[in-house]
Amino acid sequence: MTAASDRHVTQIALNRFGLGVRPDEAVPGEPKAWLLAQFDRYVAAAPAWAGEPASAPLLAAYGEALRNLRQANAGNEQATRKQLAEQALERYRSAVNARLVSALTTPAPFVERLVHFWANHFAVSTDKNPLGILAGAFEAEAIRPHVLGRFEDMLLAVERHPAMLLYLDQARSTGPASALARRAAFANPQRPRGLNENLAREILELHTLGVRSGYDQSDVTELARALTGWSIGGLPGVPPAGAPGSFAFHPMMHEPGARTVLKTRYEPAGEAQAQAILHDLAVAPATAQHIAHKLARHFVADTPPPALVQRLADAFVHNRGDLPAVYRALIASPEAWSEQPPKFKTPWEWTVSLLRGLNRVETGGVLYAPVLTQLGQPVWRPGSPAGYDDVADSWAAPDSLMRRIEFAQRVGARAGDAIDARALGPQLVPTGLSEGTERALARADSAASALALLLVSPEFLRR
Amino acid sequence: MVSLHSRRRFLHQAGSALLLAAPGLVLARAATDRRFVFVLQRGAADGLDTLIPYADPGYARLRGALAVDVGAAPKLDGTFALHPALVEVARLHAAQQALFVHAVASPYRDRSHFDGQNVLESGGAAPYALKDGWLNRLVMQLPRQHGEAIAIAPTIPLALRGAADVATYAPTAPRQAPDEFLQRVQQLYADDAQLHALWASAMDARDMSAGPALRANPTELGQLAARFLSHPQGPRIAMLESNGWDTHSAQQQRMANQLKGLDALIAALRDGLGAAWGDTVVLVATEFGRTAAANGTGGTDHGTAAAALLVGGAVHGGRVLADWPGLGSGALYQGRDLQPTTELHALISAAAGECFGLEPAQLARALFPQLMISRPLGTLLHT
Repeated sequence: MTAASDRHVTQIALNRFGLGVRPDEAVPGEPKAWLLAQFDRYVAAAPAWAGEPASAPLLAAYGEALRNLRQANAGNEQATRKQLAEQALERYRSAVNARLVSALTTPAPFVERLVHFWANHFAVSTDKNPLGILAGAFEAEAIRPHVLGRFEDMLLAVERHPAMLLYLDQARSTGPASALARRAAFANPQRPRGLNENLAREILELHTLGVRSGYDQSDVTELARALTGWSIGGLPGVPPAGAPGSFAFHPMMHEPGARTVLKTRYEPAGEAQAQAILHDLAVAPATAQHIAHKLARHFVADTPPPALVQRLADAFVHNRGDLPAVYRALIASPEAWSEQPPKFKTPWEWTVSLLRGLNRVETGGVLYAPVLTQLGQPVWRPGSPAGYDDVADSWAAPDSLMRRIEFAQRVGARAGDAIDARALGPQLVPTGLSEGTERALARADSAASALALLLVSPEFLRR
Repeated sequence: MVSLHSRRRFLHQAGSALLLAAPGLVLARAATDRRFVFVLQRGAADGLDTLIPYADPGYARLRGALAVDVGAAPKLDGTFALHPALVEVARLHAAQQALFVHAVASPYRDRSHFDGQNVLESGGAAPYALKDGWLNRLVMQLPRQHGEAIAIAPTIPLALRGAADVATYAPTAPRQAPDEFLQRVQQLYADDAQLHALWASAMDARDMSAGPALRANPTELGQLAARFLSHPQGPRIAMLESNGWDTHSAQQQRMANQLKGLDALIAALRDGLGAAWGDTVVLVATEFGRTAAANGTGGTDHGTAAAALLVGGAVHGGRVLADWPGLGSGALYQGRDLQPTTELHALISAAAGECFGLEPAQLARALFPQLMISRPLGTLLHT
C-alpha cells in the first residue's frame, strides 16, 4: 500500500465513517480495525446524556401541567401556557447540546454516527407537541441502546416509545369493535372512537418494508387494527392502565379478532398481535433491501452501487437483522473505500466536524439548537416522519451554503489568531488540501479569515 | 444588513474579473411581466374542509362532529362554501380573482406523502420516474433562462430542480459576513463547479432581498416572495412551501390555523406585489386529499382527490370548477376517498400556459412528458 492510499483510507475512516478529525486524538494506525474496535468502546448511556431526564417523568409532568392548566383560572392561563412553552424549549435545547457534546467526546464516532442515522430513520419531529420535550429522550431510550443490537429490538423499542406513539397518533387509535368504541358510540354518538392509521402506514412505508414494496391499503388497515391498544399510561381520554408516561397496553381499545397482514394470519388478538407482525416485518427481505439501501447511501454515495446494496441486504437477511454484521459487511466492501464521489455534509455533520476540528469538548455556553436551525437543519425537526434527506441535492443549495459561510466567518473571528489554518488543514483532511484551498489560506489577510476559509473549503464541506 | 446600494458598489469594486467568472451575477431582466407562483401544501391538505360541499348530504354524514359549521362560511355557489378562515380569499372571490378547483388529483393513487409529493413535483407518471421538476421545465420554456425562478426555502424543492438555474432564499437570514470575506470565498470556489454555482446564486438572491431580515411566518413569507417578484429584474417564477397539513387528529382547530396562515400568505403576496398583482397567477395545490370520513381520532387519514386554488389579478375567477363526483357511498374512490375527476397536470398546464402565452397542449408535453391530458380545461385566466 502506498502512503497516498494509506492517507486516503484514513480520510474515509475518520471523516466519512467517523464524525470528523479531532487533532487532539492520535491518528489510527489501522483505520478499518479502528472502526471495528468501536463496537466495544461505544457506551449507550454516554456521560454527555447523564443529566437528561427520562421520557416517563417528562411526559407525566407534562400531563400534570396540562391538567393544572385546565384548572387554572382564565387570568393565569396565558402565563401558564407561556411558561410551559419556555420549559419545553429549554428541555429541547438542553437535549440538543447533550447530543452534540456526545458527538464531540465519544470514544466511538462511527457508532455515534449510526445513532444519528437511526434517529433519522425513525424520525420524530418537534413541530408537533409534546415532541419538543421528548425527542432527546426518545433517541437516548429507543435508539442509543439498540444501534449495536438486532434491528427487531430497535423497531420494537421505537414503536412502543411514547414519543413515537404520540408523534404518529397511535396513542388514541381505537378498534372500531373494541369495548371502548362500543361504549363511546352509546354514550356520545356524535364523537365515535375509531382507527387512526398513521403509525401503521409509516411503519410499513418508512420504518420497515419501504414504499412500493408490495403491501396495500388493506395491510395498512389491518396493521392499524392490530396496533390498537398500544398507548401510554395516564393519557387523558384513554382508560387508566400502566405507569403514567410509559407504554401501556389498553385491552379496552384493542380490536378483537385475527388480523391478516401480507397474507399472514395473526391470531390471537392482544398486545402480542402487533408484536408478532413487527417481528415478521423486521426480518422481511424488503426491509433488508430498504435498510441496506439507506445505509449504503449514507456511507458510500447518493446513488449507491447495486452490488453493495445487495451485499448489505444479504448480510441483514443471513444474520436475522443483527446490525453489527451489516456494519462489518459495509466496512469490508471495497465500494465503501472509493474516493469519488464524496458525500456533501449535512449542516449537522458539518457543525459536528467543525467543532471536533477545533478540539471542542463542550458547548461553552452556546446553545446549538438555534445554530442548527439557522444552518437549515434543526435537530429532531425534519417536519415529516421520513426524516431528513441524505443526498447532496437537498443540502447543496445557495442559501444554505451562504449560512455556513457566515457561521464560519464568525467562528474564525472569535478564534482570532489562536489557530493556524495552514497547519490545521492537513490534519482535518488527511489526503491533503487542494492547491486552490492552500492558495486561498496562504493569501488570507488574517488567521481568523484563513480558519473561516478552511471550514468552508470544498474539502471540508464534503466527507 | 448590507443595503442594495452598497452591495452593488461591492460588485463594482470586485471588478470585471469577478463578473466574468460568475455569470450568475449578471441580472437579466425577464422577458415577461407575468408572474407565476406555486404554493405547495405539504402533508395532504383536506379539500373537503377547504372547499366545503355543504349541499352534499354526504359531507355532514361522513364528517359528523368534525364537519365545519358553514353558517358563517361564504357560499361560493349552490354546492360549495369556503372555509370561514379564508377571509382574504373570499374577498378575492368577490373581486373575481379566485378560481376554485375541486376533486383534483395527480396520477398518483397510493397514499404515501413522500411518493405523492414526488409525483406532484416531478410531474412524472410514477414516483421517481423523472429526476427533475415541472416548474424547472417551465422556466426552460421561457425566453431567458437566467434569474427567472426562486424558491423561498433554504434548499431547492424537487419541483424546481433541473437544468435551469434556480435561486433559493430562506426567510431567516443570519448576520451577513463582510464583503471582503465573501470575495475570498469567491476565489476559494473558483475551481469547484458545484460550489461556485451555488455561491453565485446565493449572492444574486442577497442582492434582491435587501431589507430587514424576516421571520418565517406566512405574512412575512408572502412579503418576502413579493419583494423578489416585484423587483424589476427579479424572478418571474417562485415556489413557496406550506407545511403542516397532515391532520390525523385535532383537524378542526388545525385546519382553521393552517387556512388562516394560507390566507395571510396570499394577502401578503397581493399587497406586496402592488401593481404587479394584475399580472400574477398563484396556484395552491397539495399531493393528495384526505379520507371522506372522519377517522377515529378527530382527524382524517390519507386520501385521494383534493382541492386546488388559483388566485391573482390575472385569474378569471369568481367561480368553482368541479365535475363533482359526490360523496355517496358508491361514489367514493375505493369506498373511502373523494373520487378524482380533474387532472392536476391539466390544471397546471392550462394555468402556466395561459400565464406565459404558451400553447397549453404543447406546454403540457414539455412539463409532463409521461402524461396525457384526457380532458383539457377551459379558459382560466384573462388573456
